[in-house]
Amino acid sequence: MTSLMVEAHAVRKHFGHFHALKGVDLEVEPRQVVCLIGPSGSGKSTLLRCINHLENIDGGILKVDGELVGYRLHGDKLYELKDREVCKRRAEIGMVFQRFNLFPHLTALENVIEAPIRVKKEPKKTAIEHGRALLERVGLAEKAKNYPSQLSGGQQQRVAIARALAMRPKLMLFDEPTSALDPELVGEVLDVMRGLASDGMTMVVVTHEMGFARGVADHVAFMDEGVIVEAGSPAEVLGSPKHERTHAFLSKVL
Amino acid sequence: MSTASHTGPGVFDARPPEALTAVPVRHWGQRVSAVVLIGLLGLFVWTVASNKNIHWSIVGDYLFDGGILGGLVTTVELTLLAMAIGIALGVVVAVMRLSTNPVLKWVSLGFVWLFRGTPVLVQLIIWFNLAVIFPHIGPSFFQADTNVVITSFVAALLGLGLNEAAYMSEIVRAGILSVDPGQTEAAHALGMPRTLMMRRIVLPQAMRIIIPPTGNETITMLKTTSLVAVIAANDLLTRAQAIYSSNYAIIELLLVASFWYLLLTSVASVFQYFLERRFARGFTRHGTSGPGLAQRVLGNLRPGRVGGGGA
Repeated sequence: MTSLMVEAHAVRKHFGHFHALKGVDLEVEPRQVVCLIGPSGSGKSTLLRCINHLENIDGGILKVDGELVGYRLHGDKLYELKDREVCKRRAEIGMVFQRFNLFPHLTALENVIEAPIRVKKEPKKTAIEHGRALLERVGLAEKAKNYPSQLSGGQQQRVAIARALAMRPKLMLFDEPTSALDPELVGEVLDVMRGLASDGMTMVVVTHEMGFARGVADHVAFMDEGVIVEAGSPAEVLGSPKHERTHAFLSKVL
Repeated sequence: MSTASHTGPGVFDARPPEALTAVPVRHWGQRVSAVVLIGLLGLFVWTVASNKNIHWSIVGDYLFDGGILGGLVTTVELTLLAMAIGIALGVVVAVMRLSTNPVLKWVSLGFVWLFRGTPVLVQLIIWFNLAVIFPHIGPSFFQADTNVVITSFVAALLGLGLNEAAYMSEIVRAGILSVDPGQTEAAHALGMPRTLMMRRIVLPQAMRIIIPPTGNETITMLKTTSLVAVIAANDLLTRAQAIYSSNYAIIELLLVASFWYLLLTSVASVFQYFLERRFARGFTRHGTSGPGLAQRVLGNLRPGRVGGGGA
């Protein structure tokens, strides 16, 4: 079981009276790409944010690479870890946000090298070399000195991906990475993600891009009202959904 | 339906559209009132300058007087040190206020309540008279005479600095709250601990919001230091008062003091402009922010302009 990259069992989460996750199970193997799909408010982004402990959970087990992320298990209680310990584990998990969240006061390259230098204590020279290589990889080598406000949405999101990769993560989380983009810019971001997937990066992707899910995902999970309704290969879930709710959702988005 | 007749093809008669140029609204009232005001200002300056009751030679004599310049140095020292205390402590108090730790939050609330809630003049006098309630301060093995430790300069610094910290903490808090929550999330996701995130990500962005009111506070502080005259802290006003109490040239010495206060606040304004430009990096499309100082001033003097154009 420890060979799993993400292992979620009976994960529960409330926001006040709203039951966001009602016992979710999810398994992601190394080098797998898993897409989470479902209507808004179904809990898919919440599940993603619980994986790197941006949200705390109320109960259940959530492990990344065999280790609990934000907690220490003692008896039958999960004790939340201190900020510093959580940070150490988060540093190994990359995350890409819907609204990019680049640091606007730093250039593209500075955005990419900030965490490797300050958090991982990489020597500046190594970090810059690695950062430049990553910007090259997402096709933005010549934009290294630009500030985020000088970049298009698609370019900003590609810098955000490079920033996450700079920490050499073992897992990448994508929270609707193309939802805030103009339609003509979606392709360039998906291309970068396809490249990552083919290089063997383990990825969990919350997305509305059914084409991407069909083409790239090894596994698709459909969520609704805080539970995973149905999961399987893209062909099974997207092609011949067994569940009525999956069917209803897909007929709206496809 | 009266507009219909203006949109007909006949309105522009035979002129080709390329020959037409647009003229912005002309504000004749602004031009006239500017001329009137300049005239009134000139009149006022003339009456003051030619007033027989003001001895301008005394103003000239004392402008660079050693005592006055010494007071000027004290005023600058007090301002810089009190603002340094205010900003440093203000950041700490603001971060405490926004902490999830209720102990820190309440300590911060109490601090602001106390030091913002009492007049700074009262605080200055209390610090100066601290020896009345605590003749000795420090732990029992290292006691010191309060009157030796709390000189009038130290009392002034404590009074001004702590009061300023209470105000600055609210300014810093507003700045921190103005930063998009997505920024802290991104920093968390990269594994940054809270202190590092605050220092490298949140505060640099909050600076854009913090600097203009802080410039305002610094200018206020330059003038508030004159309150320390009540505890004889040897600032600019104290020195001016000392001189006019012997030669009775009250207005002349207050003019001297006003000249220096104005000069200091003007320098502070220019400094603020450059600081604002420094922290605007990345927040405009072109990297640096807008037009230069001279252009901006000239732009604002041009009739018909409302507000500055810089970011």
